[in-house]
Amino acid sequence: MKIIFWLTIASTTFLTRLLPFLIFPEKKETPQYIEYLGALLPNAIIGMLIIYCLKDITLTSYPYGFPELCGVGSTALLHLWKNNTLLSIGGGSVIYMLLIRLI
Amino acid sequence: MSKKIKALKAAFPYTLPILTGYLFLGMAWGVLMHEQGYPLWATALISFLTYAGAMQFIAVNLMALGFNPLYAFLMTLMVNARHLFYGLVMLEKFKGTQRLKPYLIFGLTDETFSLLCSIKPAPEINIHWFMFFITLFNHLYWVVGCAAGTLLGHFLIFNTQGLDFVLTSLFTVIFINQWRASHEHFPTLLALGATILCRMIFGPANFIIPAMLAIILILFLKKPMEVREN
Repeated sequence: MKIIFWLTIASTTFLTRLLPFLIFPEKKETPQYIEYLGALLPNAIIGMLIIYCLKDITLTSYPYGFPELCGVGSTALLHLWKNNTLLSIGGGSVIYMLLIRLI
Repeated sequence: MSKKIKALKAAFPYTLPILTGYLFLGMAWGVLMHEQGYPLWATALISFLTYAGAMQFIAVNLMALGFNPLYAFLMTLMVNARHLFYGLVMLEKFKGTQRLKPYLIFGLTDETFSLLCSIKPAPEINIHWFMFFITLFNHLYWVVGCAAGTLLGHFLIFNTQGLDFVLTSLFTVIFINQWRASHEHFPTLLALGATILCRMIFGPANFIIPAMLAIILILFLKKPMEVREN
């Protein structure tokens, strides 16, 4: 039973990744609107992913998502300032990890 | 052969944040599976074949409700629906990747997608092998992390709690890079606002699908304006 359970999850995951390629195969021309979506979507998706990472915070009760928002904020500020990917990610994560231990 | 090695060397530095994130997130999952009594070979095999961070965590909870394959199928569809977007974006980039293509599609996680859609390697690097090695490295980190969690257990997790935040930071950095590279900010802001609104209305468990629909609608409404401008 466990094997069927995990195989279902693995194959369904692959299906969600595969489906767009099945619907729009290489040989056929992709509709213009889908190409347009594909070009504009990345920015929107990355924004959606950030919210997805922050989905479990509660703004109405302690600690009000403070560590997460500070982590994202300091990552963004560091990146706007120094523009060094590893520094921005490292700095933001360290601030987050400090805050969840201190608060 | 040197074409592959060049692509491998070019790909590796980009995967460093994911190395950190996947190792520790994978370990956290490995600990959960260890508590459920799964042996090392099983957790390694499951993480190798499933390779879906969020879904693997949810599946551990699902097991507590009994092993219902239909429920597992529907739940996976809902949780992983966001992957449909990634495929749409990568349709163009994966064209002509031939025998590498099935693996590139299989390994299209949130993090791999975020790298593949935002990085342009130097022109002398073979882009197909570059994408392959990004995917392979990330896959490797995930399996190693999951296996290590099963082996090492609790004590490591306590000391590394919060390290998976590197993935949130990575997305923030990519968001800023894309913002700088694009002159079309209005749809991005609308999409961000719509996602936040959906999270507030539908709650943390059910907001991604409404958010995806809202984003498609926003981009759809935006299109006629652009056509008119041209």
